[in-house]
Amino acid sequence: MDETDRRLVNRLQEGLPVSRRPFDEIADTLGLSVDALLERIQRLLDDKVLTRFGPMFNAENLGGALSLCAMQVPRDRYDEVAQQVNVFPEVAHNYERDHSLNMWFVLATERAEQAATVIAAIEQATACKVYDLPKQEEFYIGLKLAV
Amino acid sequence: MMRYQDALTDTAQHAEPIDAVDRQIIVATQAGLPLVAAPYDALAEQLGLDVNDVLARVAAMQASGIIRRIAAVPNHYALGYTVNGMTVWNIPDELISEFGRQVGSLDFVSHCYRRPRHLPLWPYNLFAMVHGCTQQDVDEKIAVIGALLGDHCRGHEVLYSKRILKKTGLRLKG
Repeated sequence: MDETDRRLVNRLQEGLPVSRRPFDEIADTLGLSVDALLERIQRLLDDKVLTRFGPMFNAENLGGALSLCAMQVPRDRYDEVAQQVNVFPEVAHNYERDHSLNMWFVLATERAEQAATVIAAIEQATACKVYDLPKQEEFYIGLKLAV
Repeated sequence: MMRYQDALTDTAQHAEPIDAVDRQIIVATQAGLPLVAAPYDALAEQLGLDVNDVLARVAAMQASGIIRRIAAVPNHYALGYTVNGMTVWNIPDELISEFGRQVGSLDFVSHCYRRPRHLPLWPYNLFAMVHGCTQQDVDEKIAVIGALLGDHCRGHEVLYSKRILKKTGLRLKG
């Protein structure tokens, strides 16, 4: 990444206007043509420096829900349970963490009331208790990673 | 498994906060916005809509918070932020809103939420994700949170991720 890439990554995290030519202002600020700017964004995506570029949707405001869930999974069944959990399309992220609660996943459902149904189905499939940790208050979301 | 699928179908009948055209726009852009100089024109053409209608709908979804912003999502690891800790804190309930706001306003905290305790196993009610380039960097940031909470904190832990088991985004069915 060169200095222009760094400025571009920082700027792109802040958000673009909703307009017919949303890249013009950034291109101008960075002293690039719009085509050169778009090529850089595509390269940053291809190199996996950026995972995605576009609208960032909020599941809650779509009527759905995101919930964090944790499980205590026995060591000898860990990979089997991971597969049983990951098979659910509502499981968006799943991480192994270093704790007695050693599996942490995020459930994304299109309707808030579906979360309990999915949790019950996961408990039935895995024979592990799911600790449901829905957010009760949001203080901040959306780090800008400075580069 | 049948009962589970039936229950999902049943709850999908409820009133929608978006209409069918909004939904088309979401489905068409959830993998990303077209990387062209006039992306909403491209989107309008793809969906057979008027570009002004597309712009108005995207702006309305942003105003109502369905879209947080039109932006890039960086890969933490590729940018050198390889140490990512989920810090969890046990704060008296009557103080959590104030301390949650203060912790959430720290520039190195990406997500900050109040979540329920599950006693006795899980006494923590404040979650803050902390990202850094080195372990020392993250340790110093966690110490800043600890100092901010002071004696009001009755215990904390940091859970580091050992392995990503799955990672996908929000996926609406088309």
